[in-house]
Amino acid sequence: MKKEPINISRRDFLIQSSTLGAGLSLGLYLPLTGCDNKGEQGAAQISAPDVPEVNAWVVIKPDDTVIIRIARSEMGQGTLTGLAQMVAEELECDWSKVTTEYPTPGQNLARDKVWRSFSTGGSQGIRGSHLYVRKAGAVARHMLVQAAAEQWDVPIGECQAANSVITHTPSGRSTTYGKVAVAAAELFPPELVELKDPKDWRLIGKPIKRLDTDDKLNGKQIFGTDLKLPDMLNAAIKACPVFGGKLKSFDDSKVKKMPGVRKVVEVDGYAVAVVADTWWQAKTALDALPISWDEGANANVSTASIEQMLDAGLTSSDKVFVGNEQGNVKNALRGAVKKIEATYRYPFQHHATMEPMNATARWTKDKCEVWCPTQNGEAALEATAKAAGLPITKCDVYKLHLGGGFGRRGAFHDFVEQAVAIAKQMPGTPIKLLWTREEDMAHGHYHPFTKCKLVGGLDKKGNLTGLHVRISGQSILASVRPQWMKNGVDMITFQGFHAEGDHAISYSVPNLLVDHAMRNPPVPPGFWRGVNINQNAIYMECFIDELAHATGKDPLAFRRQLMAEHPKSLAVLNAVAKKAGWGKPAAKGVHRGLAVVKTFGSHVAACAEVSVNSKGKLKIHRIVAATDPGHAVNPQQIEAQVEGSFVFGLSALLYGECTVKGGAVEQSNFHDYPSMLIKEMPKVDVIVMPSGGFWGGIGEPTIAVAAPAVLNAIFAATGKRIRELPLKTSQPQLV
Amino acid sequence: MARLNINGKVIDVEVDGSTPLLWVLREQLGLTGTKYSCGTGICGACTVHINGEAVRACTIPVSTLDTAQAIVTIEGLSTDNSHPLQQAWKELDVPQCGYCQSGMIMTAAVLLKKKPNPSDSDIDNAVTNICRCGTFNRVRKGIHLAANINKRGRS
Repeated sequence: MKKEPINISRRDFLIQSSTLGAGLSLGLYLPLTGCDNKGEQGAAQISAPDVPEVNAWVVIKPDDTVIIRIARSEMGQGTLTGLAQMVAEELECDWSKVTTEYPTPGQNLARDKVWRSFSTGGSQGIRGSHLYVRKAGAVARHMLVQAAAEQWDVPIGECQAANSVITHTPSGRSTTYGKVAVAAAELFPPELVELKDPKDWRLIGKPIKRLDTDDKLNGKQIFGTDLKLPDMLNAAIKACPVFGGKLKSFDDSKVKKMPGVRKVVEVDGYAVAVVADTWWQAKTALDALPISWDEGANANVSTASIEQMLDAGLTSSDKVFVGNEQGNVKNALRGAVKKIEATYRYPFQHHATMEPMNATARWTKDKCEVWCPTQNGEAALEATAKAAGLPITKCDVYKLHLGGGFGRRGAFHDFVEQAVAIAKQMPGTPIKLLWTREEDMAHGHYHPFTKCKLVGGLDKKGNLTGLHVRISGQSILASVRPQWMKNGVDMITFQGFHAEGDHAISYSVPNLLVDHAMRNPPVPPGFWRGVNINQNAIYMECFIDELAHATGKDPLAFRRQLMAEHPKSLAVLNAVAKKAGWGKPAAKGVHRGLAVVKTFGSHVAACAEVSVNSKGKLKIHRIVAATDPGHAVNPQQIEAQVEGSFVFGLSALLYGECTVKGGAVEQSNFHDYPSMLIKEMPKVDVIVMPSGGFWGGIGEPTIAVAAPAVLNAIFAATGKRIRELPLKTSQPQLV
Repeated sequence: MARLNINGKVIDVEVDGSTPLLWVLREQLGLTGTKYSCGTGICGACTVHINGEAVRACTIPVSTLDTAQAIVTIEGLSTDNSHPLQQAWKELDVPQCGYCQSGMIMTAAVLLKKKPNPSDSDIDNAVTNICRCGTFNRVRKGIHLAANINKRGRS
């Protein structure tokens, strides 16, 4: 066992002590507390617990209920349960007594960020916090055991904790966490704690059921859209559909007398909102409201004009940034016996969360509160303070459950800013702003449209001697996080092509150049579940397949040749090949395709089995998928994430495309931005193969292998290489 | 003004007749388990039962309804998560974010009424709800498991 310093400062202790002294004066807020007798949900606030916290992460009630505080957001990915498992593992508590609650970002700020990051993206929920949440559990356990030992006046080393029971081994005396929690809360936390050896884990690594299922089965789970506060009004909003456009004017005389309408307000110069008693009334009035827009400079932007930019970027030397360079590609390609070249295209995608954007805000000149589904409570709090024009210490955000996030609700809180801007015009009244699906489609932060030209050089034995990958398209960071760029380079563009790290290329190519012609159209880009690995994996994995076929080699054998230095990626590839029966005949008419990547710190691979009938119709029969995330905290939730990743990745492959006309996105709802259905869903065989020693992400990696595995299988079935997506604009189509 | 028969109770609602049933459920009656997502009858998040049929409440003006239409929402499926689908969903941890799950369960409940032992292709035809998290394979398993729970209950 190794000792881990816990780094609890005196300052933390003082804050903790003062908090205790004031009876947890900060209070704790939960997304929801039941209903009052009118059926209205009360303010999302719980009273201070009746016992002091053992530490910031752990509260134990006299009845032994364990409350574990969770800073990251739950949006379906299972993080809430996984994080609780990790705290509980070290806490040695009775899992059946565990409940969870969210601290607010305002409380985090007031307590010197004791809960650290609230950001829930980049598949970071577990891997980004495993160490400090396990330490938090271990520290709490130590304090509880120490409290018992002091009560018994015995050495702490003679006491053991298991399942929320502390036992003094020599005498056989025992007590429970609930009985010593108050005393434990008064102790100094230990300087050092020991974390368990992974081989001793009893909760981490087990397929434990989620903690948040019950209320999702009966309609009780409160999402952002479901919040109801006393005296709350509802708002519907329309922003200028053209990106960067402004509101010119509106004629509220036409709608002011419509049923329920309270107010029509301008929002930040680019949008107009109707506030009414009910949302349906607000939306009905907004539809009837005459609005004129100043469309601005982007009114002529179209998919074709953007594509022209991207095409030029494929061969340009202007604004080109290098992401990975090994050896000398120019020489290698010049000396190649055979050169293979291909250009791929991957269009704009929309997050299309099932729950449209929404937020509820209450503003007064002294305080601003927001209730919203968010992947990043701290970012939501910053957006709130900025929009409210108040110091951040006078604001807070109460996180509500998300009806999907996928990256839309993390870096962007436009819906929060709007809700606050509306609430500011009606001081004291809570305003719930809900976007229509159409507004949501029109004002996304879209997964960038990119193209990629790949040139591979082969020697006479068919070895890959040189590879040039030229990506042309939008940088997300340039628009969203310019401060993360280094010397103008957006390294996130190169996910899956990095020389090393969480998104390293899984192949050794002696002469390699991966570069990016940055071409930024005026369409707001965003982090979309998987971000740039989704299309980069298509580019690389389909092109590797092209190279294999050009040399007449088996695609698995060709990959293996390049993977000797990437044993963990090779292991997941071998696992799917073995389970799928690669090299053995498939059922009649069924063909297979492979893909493998390292991304978000995990190694993933897929083998897809498809058939294409005589009419060109595609059926995806089965996908075998393998994941090595290092440590697998909850294997059954990993299976769920892997299966779900195929729905996200294959929806994009089959249907996902946003097109631009007149500076606006043309798609408006699920009829023209479809998502795959259960009838299209293949069987998925999931292999979870944690090899230990590292912590990789789960929610995103598998998306990357979904499309290329299927595209390579389509090639195997038809001999036709599809390089432009989605398939709805190509053949074959799905049955 | 509308008089509706919801979850076994007759309720008078003061509302414009053009208002979709979805919004009457959510806003006038506080039955927020039925979700808004597309508003155009495509995604199925607002699925409720009317006289035993699965219908999409976002497309039905409340003026077209009266007490002859027995409406059941997710809140009326059971009082204690005891419906076989709820048991199966719990057993298999079907939901992820959960937003589409009321609609999934309500759709599946009608399927099971009509076909107590549905085949995969019955499920393919009946369940046309969108789920962006990607719960489909567990939804399918959940429906089969619920059919088995039903069978056990009957035998």
